[in-house]
Amino acid sequence: MENSEKTELVLLACGSFNPITNMHLRLFELAKDYMNGTGKYKVIKGIISPVGDAYKKKGLISAHHRVFMAQLATKNSEWVEVDTWESLQKEWVETAKVLRHHQEKLEASSCGNEQGSPVLERPGRKRKWAEQRQDFSQKKSLEPKTKGVPKVKLLCGADLLESFGVPNLWKSEDITQIVRDYGLICITRAGNDAQKFIYESDVLWKYQNNIHLVNEWITNDISSTKIRQALRRGQSIRYLVPDLVQEYIEKHDLYTSESEERNVGVILAPLQRNMAEANS
Amino acid sequence: MKSRIPVVLLACGSFNPITNMHLRLFEVARDHLHKTAVPELKLLCGADVLKTFQTPNLWKDAHIQEIVEKFGLVCVGRAGHDAERYILGLPILQKYQHNIHLAREPVQNEISATYIRRALSQGQSVKYLLPDAVIAYIKDHNLYTKDSSWKDNNT
Repeated sequence: MENSEKTELVLLACGSFNPITNMHLRLFELAKDYMNGTGKYKVIKGIISPVGDAYKKKGLISAHHRVFMAQLATKNSEWVEVDTWESLQKEWVETAKVLRHHQEKLEASSCGNEQGSPVLERPGRKRKWAEQRQDFSQKKSLEPKTKGVPKVKLLCGADLLESFGVPNLWKSEDITQIVRDYGLICITRAGNDAQKFIYESDVLWKYQNNIHLVNEWITNDISSTKIRQALRRGQSIRYLVPDLVQEYIEKHDLYTSESEERNVGVILAPLQRNMAEANS
Repeated sequence: MKSRIPVVLLACGSFNPITNMHLRLFEVARDHLHKTAVPELKLLCGADVLKTFQTPNLWKDAHIQEIVEKFGLVCVGRAGHDAERYILGLPILQKYQHNIHLAREPVQNEISATYIRRALSQGQSVKYLLPDAVIAYIKDHNLYTKDSSWKDNNT
């Protein structure tokens, strides 16, 4: 398939990134190789969207630090970047809303390009576009306007997929929206478990073509929880997180027994919100 | 406060190529040794290497003896390998098991160089599995490509 026919993708990863680890960064690399490998897609960007402090997860340190570490971690990446919109919101934002925000942002900047602004990849492309418009002026509606807009997909691990089953954590209409309108790229070690989970959910089963399961052959158990635990125990985290992140954590003494006690006894924002709405 | 005896960890291996997991061995071993007072030069390895002591004709018996008797081993655990069983399975290791320190890697990390070579020959990304400088070097020198003579046989 020619490059011009491929759907352009933006991979969005939401999460605490408390802290960001090499495993998080691997998700992007694995997803990109997989989706590009299908021949139907071209991954053009990766976005890390750290959650805001209002999420109230236990041990969650200030968004300012988490964002900065993610920026340090992606300094040497050509295509993965950090977006701060979600972390700057005063209230916690549902993942479906974050997806929508980024999709709308892409559509807005894409419209700008359609109107002839000279942001072109290659000179040859302009000629092709002009020829098409001359020959098929009546087929304007069929011109690849929608295909020209990159699609945002949610990048995640199997833990997020399975968290769909936790009561009150997700709104069911949000889950539907995510798998129906955007799509999921789920990196997993245990492909069978993930497939079983999809099989056992009506909505996931219905939109299974929009859920891409990518196998992670290298067991990479670098969870942020384990990183924080290692730090509390004075153990090395080198080579589990990018060097710049490790240095930053050390310099600011970010993760301690005290920091792990943050939000203890506080109810997680989505649970709070969904239970309140259920009771109203 | 116990007196600190300087220790040097020596890791031998193919490092074909070196990965973040190899580098982790050093970090984990150091964390482990800082809790125990152990002198001199020690051989650092993963549990998979410990297993190879059983392979006929791979190691000279006299050498195994010298390594565990005179120097000592720091062995970092690996999934699918039961280091304690390997020690019990070989009389010479059992004899000097006090000189074999088993360090636990708190984070399971299975970045095998075999996988790396395969991924590279298939044009897949290995970013964040090896240091960036190593990846750049591999790229600059066209190592581990499909045409490379370092084909993956059964390891």
